Amino acid sequence: MSNLQAVIPYGALHSDTTVLAGPADAPNPWLSWSYLQDNAPTILDHFLEHVTLTLESIVIATIIAVPLGLVASRIRWLAAPIIGVTGVMYTIPSLALFAALVPFTGLNNTPVVIGLVMYALLILVRNTVTGLDGVPADVRDAAQGMGYGSLKLFWQVDLPIALPSIMTGIRVATVSTVALVTVGAAVGSGGLGQLILQGFNQNFYRAQIVTASILCVVLALFADVLLATVTRLLSPWARRRAA
Amino acid sequence: MNPISEALVWLNDPLNWQGSDGILALTGEHLWISFLAVLIACVIAWSLGLWLGHTGRGGNVVVVVSNASRAIPTLALLTILSSVSAWFFGTPATVISLAVFAIPPLLSNTYVGLRGVDPDVVDAARGMGLSSGQILWRVEVPLAIPLIAAGFRTAAVQVVATTTLAALVGGGGLGNIINLGLGQQKGGVILAGGFLVALLALVTEGVLAIVQKLVTPGKVRRRTAKPVTADPAGAAA
Repeated sequence: MSNLQAVIPYGALHSDTTVLAGPADAPNPWLSWSYLQDNAPTILDHFLEHVTLTLESIVIATIIAVPLGLVASRIRWLAAPIIGVTGVMYTIPSLALFAALVPFTGLNNTPVVIGLVMYALLILVRNTVTGLDGVPADVRDAAQGMGYGSLKLFWQVDLPIALPSIMTGIRVATVSTVALVTVGAAVGSGGLGQLILQGFNQNFYRAQIVTASILCVVLALFADVLLATVTRLLSPWARRRAA
Repeated sequence: MNPISEALVWLNDPLNWQGSDGILALTGEHLWISFLAVLIACVIAWSLGLWLGHTGRGGNVVVVVSNASRAIPTLALLTILSSVSAWFFGTPATVISLAVFAIPPLLSNTYVGLRGVDPDVVDAARGMGLSSGQILWRVEVPLAIPLIAAGFRTAAVQVVATTTLAALVGGGGLGNIINLGLGQQKGGVILAGGFLVALLALVTEGVLAIVQKLVTPGKVRRRTAKPVTADPAGAAA
């Protein structure tokens, strides 16, 4: 225990009263190098699970959301119900949604992925609609005049112009999803969230809670920067106009 | 018995509604925790937002705060604050972490709302001899009401939804029913808890939507109010 690194001086934050439910007064550093060394494989496992859950959810959500957004943008009267339904799903608390799915799916990753997909939908659909609505009518007219069919028009005109908006949606959804995955720990999934909750339940094991939390935030920020870079590479023409 | 009928049976049992662990008591506790968190967040975010918006300073800070907050898992903050010390464990830790998450939508909407007021209007008010304080309270705030109200609705719904997580860290509220069901491995109880929490969040959203309409001055109402945060209605967390 010689190489423990306590960031916050222990004792400074403690009262003298001992309450049964609550952190006890025992050496319990917020950061610990030995914790990292001893548990590296476990931490890595949970980190990778976190990444997998996020990736699965975002990929599935994007596959559903872009066509939905296209429908909402082309068939105007469907826009309100589509945005409305995704909005209602967004309001439902994540723990409630994950938990409500458990009786049907069991305690595994499935309820978490389903729930995360539902949450990502609102952001993605809205940004897809915004992006597609922003395609100038002149540009589409010109393309049609050049003989573009509706499929070619979508792939080569609409989608590229809407791409920055869609990618912004994917960025926001990804960052939120990385944070939300942790709640999955309550239903036996949840990647780093499981380390957080286990650490909490095992006598407030601060080193584990803080390590997992920091990894979560780092993962979210890394994903954000990565997606921002991808967006820039995919839409070089928009670089100057980037908001 | 399938989970749905099990949940209906559980919800129909009057014993589950009464007492200190009953649905009614837990709902009350849930709303009380949410209320305290929103109250603290409003005091901080509104005063800061009004000051920054009125003076036009700190725009970048507001943007950074609202973006960065999205990356922090609520569960992480809840567990960290609950682990700080014994006297902090439970409701205080829950209320503070929920307040932290309610601040960004309140702050950014107040700031953007105030900055969005037509400078000509402010100039006219100054020309008429209004003091800085009068301009804030009689001109800027009324015109910013749609956005401030939208931010309040977002924040409040988000808090009511997130209070559910308090049960995981020894706090109170309706999340306890879900926790109980998970512990007893009773699908019906889990489902009933999930249903109650979702219902409370949706009712809050509905009520606040009406409140938002009522507090928005008639002339301002016609301008469409767009929320500035990427999360529109209650970010589920």
